[in-house]
Amino acid sequence: MLNLSSHIVKKLSRAEVLLLACSAGGFKILFDILKTLPGDLPVGVLVIIHRNAKYETNIEASMKEKCRIAIKVAEEKEPIEAATVYFAPAGYHLLVEPDRSLSLDISEPVNFCRPSIDVTMQCTAEVYGAGTAAILLSGANQDGALGMQAIRSAGGLCIVQRPEEAEISTMPKAAVALGAADLILGNGELIEFAQQLNNYLTSGSHPWKN
Amino acid sequence: MSISFESLEELIELINRIHGFDLSGYSRASLKRRISRIMDLYQLDVSGVKDNLINTPGFFNNLLMEVTVNVTEMFRDPAFYKVLREEVFPYLATFPHIKVWSAGCSTGEEVYSLAILLKKQGLYDRSFIYGTDINANVLKKAKQGIIDLKKMKEYSDNYLQTGSGDSLSEYYTARYDAAIIHHHLRRNVLFAMHNLVSDGIFNEFQLITCRNVLIYFNKQLQDHVFNLLHGSLSLFGFLCLGSKETLRTENLREKFRLINKKHNIYQKIA
Ligand SMILES: C[S@@+](CC[C@H](N)C(=O)[O-])C[C@H]1O[C@@H](n2cnc3c(N)ncnc32)[C@H](O)[C@@H]1O
Repeated sequence: MLNLSSHIVKKLSRAEVLLLACSAGGFKILFDILKTLPGDLPVGVLVIIHRNAKYETNIEASMKEKCRIAIKVAEEKEPIEAATVYFAPAGYHLLVEPDRSLSLDISEPVNFCRPSIDVTMQCTAEVYGAGTAAILLSGANQDGALGMQAIRSAGGLCIVQRPEEAEISTMPKAAVALGAADLILGNGELIEFAQQLNNYLTSGSHPWKN
Repeated sequence: MSISFESLEELIELINRIHGFDLSGYSRASLKRRISRIMDLYQLDVSGVKDNLINTPGFFNNLLMEVTVNVTEMFRDPAFYKVLREEVFPYLATFPHIKVWSAGCSTGEEVYSLAILLKKQGLYDRSFIYGTDINANVLKKAKQGIIDLKKMKEYSDNYLQTGSGDSLSEYYTARYDAAIIHHHLRRNVLFAMHNLVSDGIFNEFQLITCRNVLIYFNKQLQDHVFNLLHGSLSLFGFLCLGSKETLRTENLREKFRLINKKHNIYQKIA
């Protein structure tokens, strides 16, 4: 059993959305996490990965068969629902509207990336505030560091893959360097974390929520 | 700098009241990003933006130019253009005149792509293409028909993938770092202002493309625009949306036949 501090447990208990993000070298661990997530996760999950829009990938379709949680490509104006994983489509930024629906944006790449992890993280933090939880994995650039910082300032939970265990450590390192990590987890711990997630998440039953 | 959702609503209100421009149906997440960017650009806080909107002539126009997302490409989504040529053009060819409307055309890359495709299929001489947008700056650029040569290299790749069989360089002249679209491709083309939110039907078209515009609108405004586009199409005319945009308006779905699901191409049947 992963031993989480009360501070982390508290942040987790108010989480209402989970973000998973990676780039080069992060796909395997991302898939392992997705495969581990329970089918009845009480929150929705947004996944941002860097991939080339010019080549078609069928990651979502192949993941669908292997996961218990529902997997789909995000569609514009669809509400974020619990127990569902939404992949940002290649070539678009994934934005979150104040009514907690998704929208797509084809504006300039950020950090040479579209979708950009920073963009979705910032948007999500603005809407979900302290109810945002995010995990940043392996990648070869610094996208995601500012996004994690935004989530942290909003009071959300920021988890970073342990750089030494990441295939490419640039991305997790950049977030850690910005002081944007509440928790640094190794690969085994990330899987354990995904396994236990339902024990901590209580989304929808907060007495302080109106 | 960043604007809060609350202040954003105030700004939308103010813009509508003072400038008669209705942004209320636009995606808040996108507006928030764009306006925050403008605040950085002009070094203004929210009250500074408001003050300028009220007191500085021309500020609103500048703001509008920055608020809209104008990123575009020639032959964006090459597979879409391939389907257009293979599945829609044979049908278009049966019309004596082909009127085309690119709604939300930005700097014109989509319009010139359509012109080239029509030209290659021998349909251009009886076609006329209207490109419209709300952004005066992009329209000005579109009219010039000059494209950055470096970008043109990328677009050549897109064009290759449409399977047209020739090279994009047949359609422009390179001069220094600019690609000038051939004159005849600009002859049957007209760029003009048109606001999908507040302007009405201005012609009847056999083909309408409205791509990557509706993603910035909420569902209600999308419904409004779909009705406008439906009313602007001739019977059996075609409507082409962006690769992530689908026709969801209840009362309109039965008035269109889905021609291609992947590329969101529809034909008006009623
Ligand atoms: C992302 S660009 C799409 C360009 C092109 N259709 C494409 O797919 O590459 C969106 C364009 O829609 C325009 N637009 C936004 N609101 C509009 C409105 N109310 N009426 C007409 N055009 C609008 C913007 O100015 C912008 O140029």
